Amino acid sequence: MPTSAATREEARRLRNLFAAKGALVIKADVLQPAETLLDLYGEDIRARSYLTSDPLRGEMVLRPDFTVPVVQMHMESYADPARYTYSGKVFRKQEHDETRANEYVQVGYEVFDGQNPAAADAEVFAAIAEGLSGLPVRAATGDIGILMAAVRGLRTTDDRKAALLRHIWRPQRFRALLKRFGSAAVPPARAALLAADDPFANAGPDIGLRARTEVAARIAALRADAAAPPIATEEIALIDAILGLRETAPNVLSALRDIVVDMPAIADAVKRLEARLAALGSRGVEVETLEFEGSYGRTSLEYYDGFVFGFYATDRPELPPVATGGRYDALTARLGQGRAVPAVGGVIRPDLALELL
Amino acid sequence: MLKLGVPSKGRLMEKTFDWFGARGVGLRKSGSDREYAGAVEGFDGIELVLLSAGEIPRELASGNIHLGVTGSDLVREKIPNWDTRLTELAPMGFGGADLVIAVPQAWVDVATLDDLDAAAAAFRKTHGFRMRIATKYHRLVREFLREQGVADYQLVDSQGATEGTVKNETAEAIADITSTGETLRANGLKILDDGLIHASQATLFRGRRKDWTAEQRATLKALVEVLKL
Repeated sequence: MPTSAATREEARRLRNLFAAKGALVIKADVLQPAETLLDLYGEDIRARSYLTSDPLRGEMVLRPDFTVPVVQMHMESYADPARYTYSGKVFRKQEHDETRANEYVQVGYEVFDGQNPAAADAEVFAAIAEGLSGLPVRAATGDIGILMAAVRGLRTTDDRKAALLRHIWRPQRFRALLKRFGSAAVPPARAALLAADDPFANAGPDIGLRARTEVAARIAALRADAAAPPIATEEIALIDAILGLRETAPNVLSALRDIVVDMPAIADAVKRLEARLAALGSRGVEVETLEFEGSYGRTSLEYYDGFVFGFYATDRPELPPVATGGRYDALTARLGQGRAVPAVGGVIRPDLALELL
Repeated sequence: MLKLGVPSKGRLMEKTFDWFGARGVGLRKSGSDREYAGAVEGFDGIELVLLSAGEIPRELASGNIHLGVTGSDLVREKIPNWDTRLTELAPMGFGGADLVIAVPQAWVDVATLDDLDAAAAAFRKTHGFRMRIATKYHRLVREFLREQGVADYQLVDSQGATEGTVKNETAEAIADITSTGETLRANGLKILDDGLIHASQATLFRGRRKDWTAEQRATLKALVEVLKL
């Protein structure tokens, strides 16, 4: 659907607002090389992306968002700190709800600044809030970093921590893993495998790329896992407590300080939250009433790994979020081939913002 | 007239004719064997349309036919939000087949989706790309794996001879339809314990009723009574 003149004008207003904050206006190609992008995002976004092939450039995709191209651009420029803004369409297939747009404009504000992450988080949140000022929206916030720190702090094997970290964004599998790691029981099929003298006795023909050495390596890992003691019930209860947090930010902070007593591993992450709330306060955000959810952001894109936020229409629960954003340090590390630049950003959908006027 | 879409050949067609015949509605191909024209006996107001089973879901969703017989798997795969557009009138008790996830028997460490997910993570680290699952049922497989929280895989399209893709090293695992599992076993594959995505069977569907005339609605009502649905 063509973008309405009003949406284009609102997009320009927002981009100018961000540019006035010192952000460099950048553009990105609509057609992006598919491989890097889809490898990072996974099958879900792959399913919702418009893929096409180019005889010379291989598989291409209509950009599903701006984050990856912006990070790539930044990594080549070596500027630090840097602020960027952009405005343009993104494209996503809608598999379930035909009333939702499959192409829409996003206006973004991205900050690459490793000096003071709390200030950068607050800067982006405040800029997005300013862009939406006067509209009937409420903000929801969370912090994936606290949950990740809690998992890293569990008294268990590195393999188990890695498995849990990998599934932070898949709540159901995360829950299943936590339950299994918290129990001494070994599933029957696995017990039989580990008890067998020759686990390959009834194996069929060796076919496919996954070699027998890889199967053997996993059996060794399963053996080690079966020998590891279960994760303590108290520790699982602490993870549950973090996931169950749903309060105003100051109350959450106070609850987290209680949890730190039993789980010192999250102390730094909690300090970061505290610093962020202070930075938000000094930018004029009403921190006293700001909503915080322990599990917020877990079903969004996998690359957010710290502060996460979204702005929702107060009286229109059926609408997608009007704005979303978060910190994506791990993504820059992966795209930068070892060179990481802490980054945080957010996007506004001007078409949805206008619907709320 | 109400248009009834029925698979145009093979056992699915014969079984469908038998099913309606046993309920007093005679369906048959008219003209020569090569012609895809049909006739209805013992019931007025219905026109028989012979179509490829794979096209029946789309024709139902677009309203080109009013009733149709096809596999419940095909409807779920081909029609987004199928249950807001079509209604299941009757499971017909034949054409049964399961859509399952299968992996090489040599993967003695993989019996469940939990194992598959862990193996996929290790595979990606070792080989530098996501584990490939060959299928033609992209929507059903993706939704299933999303619900189950399996990561680090990619779907690769396979429109036929899917069981052979692992041996040919174009995929590491498959998701395909099987009735007895025999072909899978013969190709060195096994079904995951919790790898059943959908148990499919031939089903009589009703399409969108938005533009139906009063006469068409009356015909359906009469048909439902005759078929004792």
